[in-house]
Amino acid sequence: MHFAFTGQQIEFRDTVRRVLARECTTDDLRAAFAAPTARTARWATLAELGVVGLSVPEAHGGLGLGLLDLVLLLEEAGRVALPEPLMATSALAAPLLGDLEGAGPAGATRVRSWLEEIAAGSITAAVGPPPGCPAPIAGAVGADLLVLTTPGPEDGPEVHVLEAGAAEVTPITSLDPTRRLGAVTWEPTADTRLASGSRAASTILATSDRAAVATAAELLGVTDRMVVMAADYAKERKQFGRPIGAFQAVKHLLAGAKVKLEFARPLVYGAAWALDQGAPDASRSASAAKACASDAAVEAARVSLQVHGAIGYTWESDLHLFLKRAWALSEAWGSAAEHRRRVLGSLLAPA
Amino acid sequence: MVAENLVVCQISPDTLEPMDPTMDTPMDLRYTDAQEAFREEARTWLSAHAPAPHALPSLDTAEGFEAHRAWERTMFADRWSVVSWPEEYGGRGVGILEWLIFEEEYWRAQAPLRVSQNGIFLLAPTLSEFGTDQQKARFLPPMASGEEIWCQGWSEPDAGSDLAGIRSRARRAHSDDGWVLTGQKTWASRGAFAEWCFGLFRTDPEAERHRGLTYFLVEMDSPGVTVRPIPQIDGETGFAELFFEEVFVPDSQVLGGVGRGWNVAMATAGSERGLSLRSPARYSEAATRLVALYAERLALDPERAVLTADAVAQAWIDAEAYRLNTLWTATRVLDGGSVGSEASANKIHWSETDLAIHRAALALLGPAAELHDGGADAPWLDGYLFALAGPIYAGTNEIQRNVVAERMLGLPRG
Repeated sequence: MHFAFTGQQIEFRDTVRRVLARECTTDDLRAAFAAPTARTARWATLAELGVVGLSVPEAHGGLGLGLLDLVLLLEEAGRVALPEPLMATSALAAPLLGDLEGAGPAGATRVRSWLEEIAAGSITAAVGPPPGCPAPIAGAVGADLLVLTTPGPEDGPEVHVLEAGAAEVTPITSLDPTRRLGAVTWEPTADTRLASGSRAASTILATSDRAAVATAAELLGVTDRMVVMAADYAKERKQFGRPIGAFQAVKHLLAGAKVKLEFARPLVYGAAWALDQGAPDASRSASAAKACASDAAVEAARVSLQVHGAIGYTWESDLHLFLKRAWALSEAWGSAAEHRRRVLGSLLAPA
Repeated sequence: MVAENLVVCQISPDTLEPMDPTMDTPMDLRYTDAQEAFREEARTWLSAHAPAPHALPSLDTAEGFEAHRAWERTMFADRWSVVSWPEEYGGRGVGILEWLIFEEEYWRAQAPLRVSQNGIFLLAPTLSEFGTDQQKARFLPPMASGEEIWCQGWSEPDAGSDLAGIRSRARRAHSDDGWVLTGQKTWASRGAFAEWCFGLFRTDPEAERHRGLTYFLVEMDSPGVTVRPIPQIDGETGFAELFFEEVFVPDSQVLGGVGRGWNVAMATAGSERGLSLRSPARYSEAATRLVALYAERLALDPERAVLTADAVAQAWIDAEAYRLNTLWTATRVLDGGSVGSEASANKIHWSETDLAIHRAALALLGPAAELHDGGADAPWLDGYLFALAGPIYAGTNEIQRNVVAERMLGLPRG
């Protein structure tokens, strides 16, 4: 039993935090709101650092690491509301392609080159929802690679991968334009199919679980950011001759949000470990993590806006850049309520 | 050795950073084979010796108090009462992870509530940090065996959340070998039956209010001590008022030095809010039983059950979050870290988790929730009443929120 990150994992996190503090300021976010793009200079920097290809096998230019190595970096992405699709590309598409590399019929060569391109930072990916869960696809607009699923014929679901141009992507406006949501119209073919049957089913389940934990990790970062912004504001803003943060009504709002955040954290880290290990209760852990991270984020968004007062309600304030990410991610890849239902279902299932 | 073994239990959530940046032990949430063997040993012993669940009369009755004391003696005889203490004081000298494993097995067995908890979980870590060798040798073994049960003499009628406002006095005895205590304490859990009391008294009325306090160990049958039991919300005498009229206490029963009472008390409070008093197993076990209750009620009253499903799931998740957070903190402590004001966040979380678990259970029971007839589901109602005290004792949750805001978020003091 040793529930802690290694010094190396913390150091990598610190490096990424420093780089993003410099390269993803709120001015940068505003620019991205105005003109959202997938591949940017910042993306290239993250690729150079090894972040983008972190879970790409070493043989294909990546670091060959797991979700546990990625969660702290996703947290940093959340802290700055990173506009680029790190989660979909690095936490979902890369491990999925890595798993299916040997499985695709004639696809192995293509898969290998996609993995190499991901590690090099030259492509980004978007990943669609599991079959039967229609949702706009984040990052679809401008994605080089689309990972999609179908319910398939009677022998079960299928996983398909399409390159940009092979599908029609219709942009959908999100409250957070950097999400680059799209509706994808496409035709599954034997050529686009990477997995079917039980292989596809297990890949889809694994991807959904990873998505829940990866999204939860981003939520931890954005939640921390909102709480810190509100606490900083409460120290500066004076009313009745003293900082509003000296009033208990304000303190208790922020303390409540902070406690929710700090108790979501170990669930997220534990779930990342469980998924990497293939632990029997890993799916349940993933759902518990996402449920708490979503709730913590929605609460922190509410509280931080309330503490800022009217200034937080303006476009001019930076707060909304993070509120919008928090709201979007809290519902993405399963809401808190959906994940709670999944937790209870798993607890009631006979062992 | 003592300090190390006892103080390790005094922990709570903390920050992310490992103590040593070169540390390269990878994360691993599994226990070792040796730890699993320890679990098995504890489980086997408990299944052979623990009374059936809820078999003992309430520990807040004279009869129940003695029955619980006898259980402490049984555990002590086989060295299970204080597993993390050194062997010389009746423990097994095991580490914090083994203590957590023991607690899991203890709660899984639904073994009796610990009548000696104020002593073994609150005073003992404080004694090990501030006590003299003589004090440890004198007080720890009878505490471990249940022979001497402790209560806490802190709150006063006019000093609750504002603990530093206590007015009970201690003046120097004319004989100059001790102190004479006068005043009134209240809300002393187990005070009606306990043999000893650890209390805070003002030794220097002229000093700044946090500095003039001293921590005393007082024998309850000392001349001048009067106990008035107070029936609690459930009708039983769970706590008591304590009156001190010219009670002599020798110097050997001052803990941590004259005028240092506030610092010593804050160490005890850290134990109370942190891990030591409330191991996660308590909530994990209650959450597991809540899920079983849900399954049972789903068959009997599905309409009501599904309305409660979300709350049941969240209560289970809250307990799991507390378990993982505890392991996170335990790892940090084992790696040489320390813990501070995060104990306040911990206290907010466990007290609210306890409430959430029991509220969900009562919602599942519906009209049967009010039944107090000793039936199979009656412990949920008792548990709910007890859980309602959680946000009040060990420092109200409002005070803890102030601590979180001021020390974890840096907000100015009000």
